[in-house]
Amino acid sequence: MVNIMEAKGERFGPYGGRYVPETLISALDELGAAYEEATADSVFCEELDLLLRDYVGRPSPLYHASRLEASVDGAPIFLKREDLNHTGAHKINNTIGQALLARRMGKHRIIAETGAGQHGVATATACALFDLECVVYMGEVDVDRQALNVYRMELLGAEVRPVGSGTRTLKDATNEAIRDWVTNVETTHYIIGSVVGPSPFPRIVRDFQAVIGHEAREQMLERTGALPAAVVACVGGGSNAMGIFHAFREDDGVEFIGVEAAGEGLDSGRHSATLAAGRPGVLHGAMSYLLQDADGQVAPAHSISAGLDYPGVGPEHSYLKDIGRARYASITDKEALAAFHRLSELEGITPALESAHAIAHVLKIAPDYKERGSLLVCLSGRGDKDVDYVARIEEGEHYL
Amino acid sequence: MPSISERFAERRSEGRSTLVPYVTSGFPSRSATLDVLAGLAEAGGDVLELGIPFSDPLADGPTIQEATFRALEAGMTVEGTLELLGEFRRESDTPIVLFSYLNPLLRYGLEAFLADAEQAGAQGLLLTDVPTGTDPLVEDAILTSGLDFIRLIAPTTRPERASAIGKTGQGFLYYISRTGVTGAREALAEGLEEEVRALREVVELPVAVGFGISTPEQAALISGVADGVIVGSALIQALDEGGPEGAGAFLATLRSAMDRVANERELS
Repeated sequence: MVNIMEAKGERFGPYGGRYVPETLISALDELGAAYEEATADSVFCEELDLLLRDYVGRPSPLYHASRLEASVDGAPIFLKREDLNHTGAHKINNTIGQALLARRMGKHRIIAETGAGQHGVATATACALFDLECVVYMGEVDVDRQALNVYRMELLGAEVRPVGSGTRTLKDATNEAIRDWVTNVETTHYIIGSVVGPSPFPRIVRDFQAVIGHEAREQMLERTGALPAAVVACVGGGSNAMGIFHAFREDDGVEFIGVEAAGEGLDSGRHSATLAAGRPGVLHGAMSYLLQDADGQVAPAHSISAGLDYPGVGPEHSYLKDIGRARYASITDKEALAAFHRLSELEGITPALESAHAIAHVLKIAPDYKERGSLLVCLSGRGDKDVDYVARIEEGEHYL
Repeated sequence: MPSISERFAERRSEGRSTLVPYVTSGFPSRSATLDVLAGLAEAGGDVLELGIPFSDPLADGPTIQEATFRALEAGMTVEGTLELLGEFRRESDTPIVLFSYLNPLLRYGLEAFLADAEQAGAQGLLLTDVPTGTDPLVEDAILTSGLDFIRLIAPTTRPERASAIGKTGQGFLYYISRTGVTGAREALAEGLEEEVRALREVVELPVAVGFGISTPEQAALISGVADGVIVGSALIQALDEGGPEGAGAFLATLRSAMDRVANERELS
């Protein structure tokens, strides 16, 4: 009897799996096998390491944000500066890895979904570097609020396809990317941008992002002689959070705190706090927490930050929540905007609106941690892409 | 009431192919769906597929997406679909396969759904996002329920896997004619006839072919090699343009093209 259990896919407790059309099963198998092979191959690993060093600019610095810390009279705050990577966010760690993998599999066409546009830009960048055809799906709402990134993707030679169905944000861009992949699976690799989607994507993306935590752990030990009391990161799909958490998974004394987008407030119904307010379900190929209504229809998410505006979350986060290894807080649009200003004014660093959620939460909890050690925050991206949008909001334009 | 396998066997004994039309529940409206189903059964639909609308239909192309969103806007739900099915069952014994994504059924409660769907008069269940082997708990619950679990095989499915899927499926096997999402296409995929013939060599269940079949000529061609022909998006387009009558008239053209092939085969 042939083993048909290959379709089961890897799980994190009950979460994850491969809830996809049959057409994709062989491609997911192929991807899993190619990934195992590649990561066991020292030539592949060395090429990736060199690119991360010379092209992405790794290791990214660890910065002690002393003025921010003084302003709340709390624990020492350290920022892991993923905003200083080439293209301005952590997303490039994953796209370089996956583009190398695509090349190895002989796939010359790349597709991706994007919300804030950071993953789209990082994918377009990797495709320019490796001479791969690149198509990026982006919701119409996001095309509008992240216009700068649309131009950047086009400049890099990618084709941006606006998605006008459903909520016209990241969720629908992902649907459309999956539809493209089902259609062109034989020639195309889908570079998914977060720790979501069918197995093996959540693990592959986590592993490519794990460089964040590996560096940060060493840097913390070197700088402070101790591990941080807590590691804090924003969570939409959750790739920068898994990336920074993973290296600390055996360090029981290190707390993991994910920060979701509370939008206009958890009670308003307009938020993206999947782990706080969702329940387990299936979307985009995986079982995980999901914002949904009583009929099992996916509920529209909302966040001022396009990158967090997503009703699902990576399956490993669902598992970390259930077993109590991580806890998940949420920050409103207003609090995130305040943190966007505060970090700019106090440290001269303008964070991406996504990362501003993590900063806002750290400002809240820093006084409580004063006697307990330091706080390590993943500053996942820089805010240049958001400046125009925030200015429009502050001039009184209603935001999307 | 005939089971799905009995219906396929009946058609096979007549030398004909089984015609399986798909419609989305609640499109273009709840009341129209009842007329549509009755009209399709009358126009030659042998087994009817009734789609439960889901907000994120990622296996569907633009036509069925649009029908889905309109059905959802009009308030269609899992519960509403089962009610409709119950009403249809009072008038007709044509077998019904419910077509769905997994999430709405999980939210309803899978065991409760399976019991209620059987009670309402469904014979089969097809899930677009539960490929064979993905979730043994879900799959075992369906396989041991009163509904036939209709499994899918794609052109990318490797032969050993296809043969294994053939052993666990129930009712019939749904062969996806091409890589891609649902939607009418001008031409059938190259090599389709050979693929279907090869599949039928290694499986015992009847094989019905769907995805992209949109004209009488294509339906006739498929009926020459497969046990069944599934038509969805093209039918939804006919329904959108011509209402329940238009849908019935369109299906009748497929039926007669398929039956012509059967007659010619018998004569020769």
